[in-house]
Amino acid sequence: MRASLLAPLLALSMLAGCATPALRGTGDLGVVIERATGSVQILDTTHRSSLAKVEGLGDLSHASISYARDERYAYVFGRDGGLTKVDILRQRIERRIIQGGNSIGGAISPDGTLVAVANYEPGGVKVFDANDLSLVADIPAVGANGKRSKVVGLVDAPGHRFVFSLYDAGEIWVADMHDPKQPVLHKFVDIGEEPYDGMITSDGRYYAAGLFGEDGVALLDLWNLDAGVKRALVEFGRHGEKLPVYKMPHLEGWAATGNQVVLPAVGQHEVIIADQNTWKEIARIPVAGQAVFAVARPDGRQVWINFAFPDNDTVQVLDLPSRSIVKTLKPGKGVLHLEFSPRGEQVWLSVRDENRIEIYDPDSFARIGTLPAESPSGIFFTSRAHRIGL
Amino acid sequence: MIATTSTPIQADTSHLSQERKHELIRLVRQDCGSCHGMKLTGGLGPALTPQALKDKPAAALISTILQGRPGTPMPPWNNFISESEAGWIVDSLQTGFPDAR
Ligand code: HEC
Repeated sequence: MRASLLAPLLALSMLAGCATPALRGTGDLGVVIERATGSVQILDTTHRSSLAKVEGLGDLSHASISYARDERYAYVFGRDGGLTKVDILRQRIERRIIQGGNSIGGAISPDGTLVAVANYEPGGVKVFDANDLSLVADIPAVGANGKRSKVVGLVDAPGHRFVFSLYDAGEIWVADMHDPKQPVLHKFVDIGEEPYDGMITSDGRYYAAGLFGEDGVALLDLWNLDAGVKRALVEFGRHGEKLPVYKMPHLEGWAATGNQVVLPAVGQHEVIIADQNTWKEIARIPVAGQAVFAVARPDGRQVWINFAFPDNDTVQVLDLPSRSIVKTLKPGKGVLHLEFSPRGEQVWLSVRDENRIEIYDPDSFARIGTLPAESPSGIFFTSRAHRIGL
Repeated sequence: MIATTSTPIQADTSHLSQERKHELIRLVRQDCGSCHGMKLTGGLGPALTPQALKDKPAAALISTILQGRPGTPMPPWNNFISESEAGWIVDSLQTGFPDAR
């Protein structure tokens, strides 16, 4: 399977090597992380195919990607502190550095000039020149308690800012990057215990950090920093009967659809629909397990949900108008991530334990394609380049 | 951090089938790995390398795996892992955990 897939590619890339490469855009391309082998594949959503495999990206056991605004370069943030800039047209690593000991994710500035990485070890944020990955600024995350903290939930925000949370210290920091070498920090302390991830609404206005140690989310209105961090959705979180959490939910995948957000409830078999402006709960929908990602179809009609161990063989589809689960799929063991094509006519699922990517038609729920991939995890399409907070 | 039994738990693995061991290796690398790192060098949870665990009593680590650590994200695994399996995991972690393949 793999050989037959790669053979024509090899021919293609050899051609590209000696002749002028065929002109093409990248708007229909993407990248999937192969977590066990430190490799990525470059994907094509038009032909539902894999174009190439790029190897040598280190430990990708928890990896994510931000895209350059030209949608040509993918910045891959690896677990081992690796930051790799992949040229998806030339299908090769453009540059790679080890910037920290243990990192969790990153973000790119609105103007595309700065790439920031959130580190667990040593806790803090490092900011790099998006061009050559040279260090521009180093922001150690020393909380008000004087201790260095793991950093989570790093996003870009309008106003040339990065926003992130300090897991151990329970703080949210806003870094103003107008002078990239001298970030101006606005720190919010006592925001709640153990923020484990953060997200920003698609309009760039609200930053919300999920709290593991307490109920609710810590909410910051980025249009009005003076109002400070408020607690919202206190019902959200591990209220009432608490179940053990086998995998932290990802808030980046919180579906923001028009004026609603859909959030996985921590430690419960429910997702919560909330109003994006008032941050009040609208409804609670029982689901098959503990949700990890809740991803909205770009038209906002459906939200696709995957689950933590031991329910990670299941995907459910929530129909938003009727607020009901309209489909339960069993794509295989270890469904780790899902990503819609830019206009949502396809959804791609990575099925880790089956070593496959499955492609579905979200209207008919029919499987319309399968690609081999080694322990696939995150799937990231280039359309993310133009979305705030991704 | 209370051991579940008074006698030190030996990693009695004689009855663990090869197949079950493979499942456990996969579980540790993938599902524990989501917090501890697939290479077990740490993430949200601490490193589980021989270096990091060498001075820690096995019984306490086994108890952590089975009961979890309330008040932290470390969940209890006793619904999925037996005591002797946890013993085998701790023994393997302390001596160098096998690769998935
Ligand atoms: C949801 C996240 C999460 C998952 C999944 C998880 N752990 Fe943990 N684990 C933690 C955290 C956080 C700690 C540290 C707890 C503390 O602060 O005391 C921890 C602590 C531990 C410790 C104690 C380490 C020490 O130095 O004392 C062991 C052993 C351990 N985990 C093993 C496992 C195993 C084995 C699995 C899978 C079967 C697993 N963990 C899955 C989060 C997790």
